[in-house]
Amino acid sequence: MENIKIGLAGNPNVGKTTLFNNLTGLHQHVGNWPGKTVEQAAGHFVENGERIDVIDLPGNYALSAHSIEEIVSRDFIVDEDSDAIINVIDAANLERNLYLTVQMMELDANLGIALNMNKLARKNGIDIDVDKLSELLGVPVVQIEANSDIGHNDLMKMIKDLKDHPIESKRKLVYGEELKEHLGDLAKLISKDNNLLDVSPYWTAIKLLEDDEIVMDKVQQSSMSNPIFLEVRKVKNHLKDLYGVSAGEAIANARYAFIDGLIKECVQLPKNPKPTMTGKIDRIVTNRVLGIPIFLIIMYIVFQVTFTLGSPIQDWLDSIVTAIADGTVALIGENALSSLLADGVISGVGSVLSFIPQIVLLFLLLSILEDSGYLARAAFVMDKVMHKILGLHGKAFIPMILGFGCGVPGIMATRTLEHEEDRLVAMLLVPFMSCTARLPVYLLFVGIFFASSQANVIFSLYLLGVVVAIIVAAIIKKLFFKGVSTPFVMELPTYKIPTVKGVLMHTGEKTWGFVRKAGTIILAAAIIVWVLSYFPAGVDYGSQASYIGQLGTFIAPIFSPLGFGNWQASSALIFGMVAKEVIVATLTSVFGSFPGGATAGITAAFTPLTAYAFLVFCLLYIPCFAALGTIKQESNGWKWPAVMVCTCLITAYVVSFIVFRVGLLLGFH
Amino acid sequence: MIKSLDQLKTGEEGKLVSYNDGGSTELKRHLMGMGFVKGSKIQLKKIAPLGDPFEYKIKGYSICLRKEEARNIEVDVE
Repeated sequence: MENIKIGLAGNPNVGKTTLFNNLTGLHQHVGNWPGKTVEQAAGHFVENGERIDVIDLPGNYALSAHSIEEIVSRDFIVDEDSDAIINVIDAANLERNLYLTVQMMELDANLGIALNMNKLARKNGIDIDVDKLSELLGVPVVQIEANSDIGHNDLMKMIKDLKDHPIESKRKLVYGEELKEHLGDLAKLISKDNNLLDVSPYWTAIKLLEDDEIVMDKVQQSSMSNPIFLEVRKVKNHLKDLYGVSAGEAIANARYAFIDGLIKECVQLPKNPKPTMTGKIDRIVTNRVLGIPIFLIIMYIVFQVTFTLGSPIQDWLDSIVTAIADGTVALIGENALSSLLADGVISGVGSVLSFIPQIVLLFLLLSILEDSGYLARAAFVMDKVMHKILGLHGKAFIPMILGFGCGVPGIMATRTLEHEEDRLVAMLLVPFMSCTARLPVYLLFVGIFFASSQANVIFSLYLLGVVVAIIVAAIIKKLFFKGVSTPFVMELPTYKIPTVKGVLMHTGEKTWGFVRKAGTIILAAAIIVWVLSYFPAGVDYGSQASYIGQLGTFIAPIFSPLGFGNWQASSALIFGMVAKEVIVATLTSVFGSFPGGATAGITAAFTPLTAYAFLVFCLLYIPCFAALGTIKQESNGWKWPAVMVCTCLITAYVVSFIVFRVGLLLGFH
Repeated sequence: MIKSLDQLKTGEEGKLVSYNDGGSTELKRHLMGMGFVKGSKIQLKKIAPLGDPFEYKIKGYSICLRKEEARNIEVDVE
């Protein structure tokens, strides 16, 4: 039997992904669209012995060339050999949802509509005549509830019918006499070139009037390009004279006029709308006075659960990994192999494992916040702060806060940002937030040098991180995203109770993604550091004679202008790239042979001022390999991790230099 | 009376008349897709705690815009 392949299309927040999860269950995999950084979720299920493949298209409001997500969706509809496109629609929000539907009809897609959330719509007093809607659109419509099996059989029957008897969905679409005539003329011209007929010529005509760059480029190649563009200009001028608006606007108006007609015929709206549940919740959640406190409390809970609840599990995993490492050494004796296994492989695996409790907890909470609809409210409440200070979207607040716990979940949380530029800038800023792994380093030094004002010194470092992030954000925006300012046009969706299935699947998938991709990088880095510490053969692990010690000695002079040009500090910084807390272990071990122990050694090698400059460097220099690996995974390439490394090294060097030199001038030592 | 969208008072409703020349065409196209077309009724529901962005009701759903975006849209208030 032949497979059936369908695409799920629809606006964001209409339950499209819920339907996808409900249909495919665990038979899904998440990858990227070929050559794109947009996520593609694909899956399959079996119905009456037939295998049905499902692609979950990105949630879109339109099908312009406006964003990669929209381009991916329309390419799928145009190019892919799919059997049907199922348009998931929120019944309570029919008017706006149909705007996308109409555009898929322009494409003449083999379209069926799955009307979702009918219960909620009925509760809000909205009454839809489904048969009439279907008749007037010329597209089959079924009613479903995506989070249950209600309507499942109808949906399956519709898919089967669409496959067996494809429909011409553009048949009943009319845009008024004036436009119809112009579009007809244009389509006739376009039809003269067979190379342009891989897609409905009406659609091409509409896109040309809308100044769609991709379609314009394509028509540019055509032998008919001159007469076509001449006609397009003529039509545009005519529409401008007639309606006083651009052709693009005239088309949008015509689409909504068509939809208005439908709505008038098929939908009864309540005369006196009752306050909805969402309205009631929002009266509190985005309240002028309560909005920010509520946001802060929720952030506090997320932070506490992720890190406080996560860290005992982390410690427990750590102790198991240490026990296994010790056991390995005991079993095969102290030699190169046992050292490789214990200090390289097992500790590398251990550091990957140690992130898992946090990532699982974080994504459980984030999915709940996102699926429930709260995340959009958080962005609404905090946008002013983020926009003013960092030039970012309100949603970027959450990754920043998480960054104070650990950069890895922070970077992963940037996924909630819709625009790629926002996502990248936020990703590059997260590592400047002082994560918990840096705290042991601070504690070691303030204990020795700043015993009387520990809290103030540590607080100053946290603050410095934030200030530097603000400056770096401004510079990155100037360098890489010139003139890009993403508008803040965001729907506030209705509140929903997240489904357990959806939350668990999302969490599982993200965690597995981290282990598979970032995990391999972390492990590889751990093994490289082991090689550098263990060889040349016969030296003490990580001593000055080892490669890493030699490297430390070699680069130490670079740090002399910053006040800490000793080999121990340099080696510790190299180790610190694995994880910042390793700096403490390295320093205590390399200064351990000092008469009087490590503390005496550190006291002799640093002064309060050079210690502070060193801490500033630790705060700002290269984020650990785990963070870099995560950035690589999230940004889909090595470019952004490389940018990150350069930015951090330069920033750390410059800021430490300023701190040390200004400190000297001010008479500190 | 014609005013720009950011000048509405909370609870006040207007009908979209036109876009002025402030915003980019990209933004305009996006907004049109979200229902901001001639004749649409738009109501200011709420202003965020810090004074920006604004929450509007349009075509039965809620959307938020920053002041700098709302400024480009003109509505007629009866």
